[in-house]
Amino acid sequence: MALELRGITKRFPGVLANDDVSLAVGSGEVLALLGENGAGKTTLMNILYGLYRPDEGSVVVDDRELDLASSRDAIAAGIGMVHQHFMLVPVFTVAENVILGQEPSGPLGVIKKDAARATVRDISERYRLHVDPDAVIEDLPVGVQQRVEIVKVLNREARYVIFDEPTAVLTPQEVEEFFAIVRGLQADGKGIIFITHKLGEALEVADRVAVMRAGRKVAEVTPGETSEAHLAELMVGRPVELVVPKDTSHPGATVLQVQDLVVRDDRGHRAVNGVTFEVRTGEIVGVAGVQGNGQTELIEAIMGLRPSLAGNVVLDGTDVTDYNPRQLHEARVSHIPEDRQESGLVLGFTVAENMVLNCYYEEPFSRVLVMDWDATNEAAQRLVKQYDVRTPGIEVPVSNLSGGNQQKVIVAREFDRDVRLVIASQPTRGIDVGSIEYIHGQIVAKRDAGAAVLVVSSELDEVTALADRILVLYHGKIAGEFPPDADITEIGLAMLGSGR
Amino acid sequence: MTTTPTKPEPLPPPPAPSTLDTVTGAGTSLLRSLAMPALAFVTALIIGAFIIALSNVDLLPQLFSDPGSTLAAMGREVWTAYRALARGAVGSVYAISETLFATTPLILASLGVAIGFRAGLFNIGAQGQMLVGGMCTAWVGIYANLPGPLHVIVALLAGVVGGMVWGGIPGLLKARTGAHEVITTIMFNFIALYLVQWLLSIPLFQEAGRNNPVSEPLRPSAHLPSLFGSSYRVTIGILIAVAAVFAVRWLLFQSSLGFEFRVLGLNPEAGRYAGMSVGGLMTLALALAGGLAGIAGANQIMGLAPFKATTSLAGSVGFDAITVALLGRSHPVGVLWAALLFGALKAGGREMQGAAQIPLDLVVVLQALIVVFVAAPALVRAIYRMKGVAERPTQLTKGWGA
Repeated sequence: MALELRGITKRFPGVLANDDVSLAVGSGEVLALLGENGAGKTTLMNILYGLYRPDEGSVVVDDRELDLASSRDAIAAGIGMVHQHFMLVPVFTVAENVILGQEPSGPLGVIKKDAARATVRDISERYRLHVDPDAVIEDLPVGVQQRVEIVKVLNREARYVIFDEPTAVLTPQEVEEFFAIVRGLQADGKGIIFITHKLGEALEVADRVAVMRAGRKVAEVTPGETSEAHLAELMVGRPVELVVPKDTSHPGATVLQVQDLVVRDDRGHRAVNGVTFEVRTGEIVGVAGVQGNGQTELIEAIMGLRPSLAGNVVLDGTDVTDYNPRQLHEARVSHIPEDRQESGLVLGFTVAENMVLNCYYEEPFSRVLVMDWDATNEAAQRLVKQYDVRTPGIEVPVSNLSGGNQQKVIVAREFDRDVRLVIASQPTRGIDVGSIEYIHGQIVAKRDAGAAVLVVSSELDEVTALADRILVLYHGKIAGEFPPDADITEIGLAMLGSGR
Repeated sequence: MTTTPTKPEPLPPPPAPSTLDTVTGAGTSLLRSLAMPALAFVTALIIGAFIIALSNVDLLPQLFSDPGSTLAAMGREVWTAYRALARGAVGSVYAISETLFATTPLILASLGVAIGFRAGLFNIGAQGQMLVGGMCTAWVGIYANLPGPLHVIVALLAGVVGGMVWGGIPGLLKARTGAHEVITTIMFNFIALYLVQWLLSIPLFQEAGRNNPVSEPLRPSAHLPSLFGSSYRVTIGILIAVAAVFAVRWLLFQSSLGFEFRVLGLNPEAGRYAGMSVGGLMTLALALAGGLAGIAGANQIMGLAPFKATTSLAGSVGFDAITVALLGRSHPVGVLWAALLFGALKAGGREMQGAAQIPLDLVVVLQALIVVFVAAPALVRAIYRMKGVAERPTQLTKGWGA
C-alpha cells in the first residue's frame, strides 16, 4: 500500500519546475518534503493532486497508475490535500463546510444536516480533532479552521493526506496539537506527506525526509542520520548559518521609550495593557509571545498606525505618541511590517516602484510633485544588487518574486539610510533559509551601526537568535524579561502566562 | 542544469488580479491592454452584422426558399449599414466634426472615471458632477461680464470647481465615515438632477417667459470658439479634452500624486504604512474626477447652441463615461481612443439610421457588445485562441481572507 510519484518532470515556460522526481509514501508513514520556496514542492504536490499534468512520469497508487485530470480524480483515488490557505466559507458552519461539494441530500434536495453533523462529530472524536460541527468558521481560531480542513479530507475517505506548509499559520501550541493529530492519522494507517521548510518540524514528525532543491530531489534521509544544519545545507546547496553570528552588544543611549502604553484592538479590547520598556542604541530587543497577545497592536501604536488609549512613546527624548507614519519615517524610524503582502508591498507595482514606496516624495525621487524615474530606477538597481534581491529586473511586478525576495525588497527600502530605530515584525515569516540568514545578518548589521532594534516574532528561535534582551508579551503585558541565553523552557512558560 | 545557489528561483505564478482590476485595467500598461478592446470591437461588429441581417423581416421568410440570393441581399444590407456608419463617422469633414463633437465630453468625463478607477474608487457620479459643473458654468456665463477669452476660461474654471465639489463630497464622506462611493455618487446624481431642476425654475437662471426648466443663454463671450468654422459643430473643446488626456497621463504616471493614487488603488493598506494620507487622497481623487466631469458639463453648454443649461445637458455622457473608461482600461490614452470610438459610433449611427434605415439602437447594442467582450477577456481569448494568463489553472491555494 503506497502512494508513489515516479520520475516526474514538469516544465513551465523558462523553468524546469520538477526534474525527474520520485517519491513514495506508504500507509502509516510520514514523509516530510523539505525545500526552499521555488524548489518545486508545490508544483509536485499540485501534480499529485491533479491540478497540473506532468510532462513525464506517473502517479501510482497501490500499484495502479493514475491519470489525474483534476482534483476530483485525486480525491477519488484517496488523495486528500490540506492547503496552506484554507478553503472554507467563513459564514458557514463547520458541518456545512465539511459537506460542501458532496452534500448528503434527501428527497427534493433537502440537505441532511443531522447526518452531516453526525459525520463531523464521528470524525472529530475518532481523531481527537475537537471540532464543534455547529461552530461558524469565522469565529474559529486558525488552528481549529485547519482541523476543519482535516475533517473535510477525512470525510472524503482519503488514505493519503498532503499537508502544504501546515504550520506556517499556527502558534507553537497549535503546532504541538497538530503534530499529535498527525500521529493519530499515522496510527490509523494514513500515509502523510508534510510539506515544510522548517527543519525542526521535519525532524520531529517525519519517518523520512526528502529534500528538494531547484526542482530535483537532492536527498532522502531519515531523521536519525541527519541534523538541522545538514538539512539546511542540502536545501540551500551550501553551508548555512542557522543562528546569525554576532558580538556582544554594547548598548548606548536610550532611543525608544514606551511608557505605560494601552492600546485597543479592533474589537475594543485592551490588547496592550500597560506596557513599559526601552530600547537603546546598539541593542536588539526581541519581543516573544504567542501570536495574538498584543504584538500587532503594540507595533501599530508605536508606528502611528493605531491610536493609543494611554501612555507615551518617546523617541530620542521627543514624545512621538501622536506622530503619523510619515513623521516617524522622517524621524529616522524603519519599519518592516508584519505582513509583507498586505501592508509592506504593492504587489501590482514593479520592484522599482516598491523600492521607493516610503520615500517616493523625497528628493531625489521627486521634486515638487514630479517623480524622477531615472533616479528611482538607478536607486532600485543599486538596492537590488546591494541587498541580493533575486529578480529578473527592476521593472518586474514584485508579485513575481518569491517571498524571501519580496521581503528583501522591504528590507532594502527600509534599511538603506541612516536610522535611529528599526522595528521588524515577523521579519522572516514564511521565507526560505537562505533569505532568513541574509535578513538576520542585515538586522545585526543595523544594530552594529548604532541603531536601536526592536524585533517581534512568534518564532521563539528567531527571537533567541537575534535578541540581546528578550521581552515576553502575554495578554498585553510584559510577562518577563530574559537574557538571550536564558532557558527556553522558562521563556516558553512565560509565553503561556505561567512564568515568574 | 546547474544547482548552484545563485540560480534565480523559479518564479511562482503571479496572484490572480481582482475582478475589478481586471475589468478596469487598473495597474496595466497601455500596450498590453489595447489588443483586447480591438478584438472586442471586431467581434461586436461581426455579431452586429448578424443582427442587421436577421432583423430585416422582409428577407427572413425567403431564407429557406431562396437561400443564395437572400444571403446576398443580407450581405448587401450589412455592407450598406456599416458603410453608412463609417461614412457618418469619418466620411467627410462634417462627419469628422460630428465625431469629434460627440467625443469631447466623453473624453473629459471618462478621464474622471478613469482617475477614480486607478485610485480604487468606482465613481458613478460623473453625470451629477457634469450637471453641477454645468450650472456653475451657466451662472458665470450668464452673469459675468468679461472679455471673450477670459470669460471662457473663468466659465470653464467655474465648471471645474462645481464638479470638484460634487465629486469631493462623496470622497470626503468615504474618507471620514467609510460611506461607499458607489452609493453616494449615485445618490449625488439624483440630488444634482433635482437641484438643477430647481435652479432652472428660479428667476436667477430661468429664461424669461419660460415655464419649463431652461436657463438664459450664455453671453456670446463665453461661447467656445468653433474649430472648423461656424458651419461645423466641433469647438476648441476637443483640444481642451486632448490636453486633459495628456495632463492626466502625466498626473498618473509622472507625478508623485499619481503614484499615491495608484498605490491607493492597488493596496491602500501599504499606502497607509508608507505614510500616505489615505483619506485625503480619496477625497482628492474624487474631487479631481469631478473637476474633469465638470469641464465636460461646461462644454455641453459653452460649446453647443443654443448655449443654455437644461436638466438634460449631460445627456447620457456621465454614464457612457463609465463604459468608455472601462473600454480604455483606465489609461488616459486608452480613454482617448475609446471615446473616439464611441463618438464615431454616435455620429455614424445617425447616418446609418438615415441612409440604411437601421435604427440608432443598433449602435447602442454594438457599444454594449464591445463592453461585454472587454469585460469577459476569457471569452475573446477563447474565440481567437489567444494565449494568456487566463489559461493558467485557477489558483486553488488562495484563502478566503486574502
